[in-house]
Amino acid sequence: MVDVAVVGFAQSPCLRHGETTTSGVEMLVPIFHEVLASTGLTRTDIGFWCSGSSDYLAGRAFSFVAAVDAIGAFPPVMESHVEMDGAWALYEAWVKILTGDADIALAYGFGKSSAGELRRVLALQLDPYLLAPLWPDSVAIAALQARLGMEAGLWTEKDMAQVAARSRAAALANPAAQVSGRVAAEDLLNEPYLADPLRAHDSAPISDGAAVVILASAERARDLCDRPAWITGFEHRIDSGALGERDLTTAPSAAAAGRAAGAGQVGAAELHTPFSHQEILLRTALGLGDGVRVNPSGGALAGNPMFAAGLARIGMAAREIFAGRADRALGHATSGPALQQNLVCVMEARA
Amino acid sequence: MSQPLRAPLEIGFDYTRSLGPTLSQFMTALAGRRILGARGADGRVHVPPFEYDPQTGEPPAELVEVASAGTVTTWSWAARPMDGQPLGHPFAWALIRLDGADTAMLHAVDAGTAAAMRTGMRVRARWAQAPAGHIRDIACFEPWPGSTARSGQAAEPAGEPVTMVTTPVRLRYEHTTSREESAYLHGLAEGRMVGQRCPACGKVYIPPRGACPTDGVPTAEEVELPDTGIVTTFCVVNVPFTGQRVKPPYVAAAVLLDGADIPFQHLILGCDPGEVRMGMRVAAVWKPREQWGTTAENIDHFRPTGEPDAPYESYAHHL
Repeated sequence: MVDVAVVGFAQSPCLRHGETTTSGVEMLVPIFHEVLASTGLTRTDIGFWCSGSSDYLAGRAFSFVAAVDAIGAFPPVMESHVEMDGAWALYEAWVKILTGDADIALAYGFGKSSAGELRRVLALQLDPYLLAPLWPDSVAIAALQARLGMEAGLWTEKDMAQVAARSRAAALANPAAQVSGRVAAEDLLNEPYLADPLRAHDSAPISDGAAVVILASAERARDLCDRPAWITGFEHRIDSGALGERDLTTAPSAAAAGRAAGAGQVGAAELHTPFSHQEILLRTALGLGDGVRVNPSGGALAGNPMFAAGLARIGMAAREIFAGRADRALGHATSGPALQQNLVCVMEARA
Repeated sequence: MSQPLRAPLEIGFDYTRSLGPTLSQFMTALAGRRILGARGADGRVHVPPFEYDPQTGEPPAELVEVASAGTVTTWSWAARPMDGQPLGHPFAWALIRLDGADTAMLHAVDAGTAAAMRTGMRVRARWAQAPAGHIRDIACFEPWPGSTARSGQAAEPAGEPVTMVTTPVRLRYEHTTSREESAYLHGLAEGRMVGQRCPACGKVYIPPRGACPTDGVPTAEEVELPDTGIVTTFCVVNVPFTGQRVKPPYVAAAVLLDGADIPFQHLILGCDPGEVRMGMRVAAVWKPREQWGTTAENIDHFRPTGEPDAPYESYAHHL
């Protein structure tokens, strides 16, 4: 199999009201320039481009087409799109390199989450016959999962507040973060409920933002990056779309993806957990021990640009390797309600 | 540079979906105020019914009726209900395992206060006034201390089979233009045509795009253009459609303003459609000034100027 490495990553600031259109061009142009400059590449070196975004988020059809302006797509480029988080676009880009169709591929994700009412928009990802007509919002569904875990003794509201507090403190070192600061978990517990049993700190902020990751084949990676993050496992799995069919206190699809990708023995993990309890749930499902640094960037609770936050987790995990802070790191992305879909990318440094 | 313009954008669509055999039976039963589940290969009763068994992939062999009362397995509190949700006042979302079922279904519980909610509480369905074969035939659930009645019996088909469901979707957005588009629209409000030049290739785009689609670099330099140009290509519209402003036949054309490198689409009026041709010189016909706003509609249409046509070679690369 062809070896593939992450060689570059850039992310726009996560903002509650970004000065951007829903086409994402304003967010993408600067980060394309940043990531190309960091690798010494020019846009014509990219053999394959793949994006993740959503028309429902933008409120218009084929919204991803306008984003191609940010590429500078002339002469014509090989390009694709997934109506998924950019992490799944990265998966397609990875496959493109594995099949020998490209040596260097770029995946990007973008979302102007603030354009509509995000909680309602996300109801439309649910079963269109039995669930979406009730408009159950994303926070309400996550709250059902949080209570199940609390009543099963898997976590407490205090545990959840501690995740939020640690996330905000870690985000102080992340210039892209939207929410950061030093807070005591005890103080967070005095706040009112957003959707009992979830408080505002348990839920990721509404974020506008974009992220980009560059992959390269073995022949090219070492020229582009001092310490490439070699992909050793890249897997995604899905659980039932019927909420009542699932054991919501765990995520079998995350566990399966983690097993297949080889999630053990990582030094750092960036988990795409839009709700605090999901970090605790995933730690268990992925078998991450106490020694693993989870979400050193602050994670999605510090900034959750829809369709980019999962890709940013992989990029942030790769950065742990670029910077020598980890020899082996894991990036995770999720999609769907209550961790229904899960993707795991395991990367390592090589001598 | 001007601040981005904003405007509300409301979109709506009534999604009409056909039902397969399983959901058709489920919805038909709801119209008769009965709830059906599917018995799986594992012997468990799944409510709502699966269309394909999660374990075997087979369609359900039999649908069985379950009670319309059950037990809350988890809940969350909706203090501020959102548009379209089952209740307009604070309520609980809950997963509810109906008596006779082995899986839980999501719905709302009209409990009054969060303090009235607990896992394990008993609830029963409150039916809509006029059930029609839709998941919303269950208006919501309500606390109910009773034990249960029906379960486990084979269901009798009742009434006309429901084969379709319609779900209206209404979404609200705040649409924002880019700074470049805003400058263009503010220019139009003053009767000016404002484009932008790419610093790399020198091409002039109107409307401006913020990034040159050829070079992928930001465009910053503003260029004011005249409201005259040529038709590069066109079509004669003969087909009526909803929302049409002009009676067919009429001409929709790609108009390339003098000094621009990309055409935009507009109407050519003021002559017989048969007279319109590639290379024809045209000029903007503006609406009365008092009707102008930050909109491309300030230009009602383009009209022929009567000047000699542009030679084909002068615009061939814009086709």
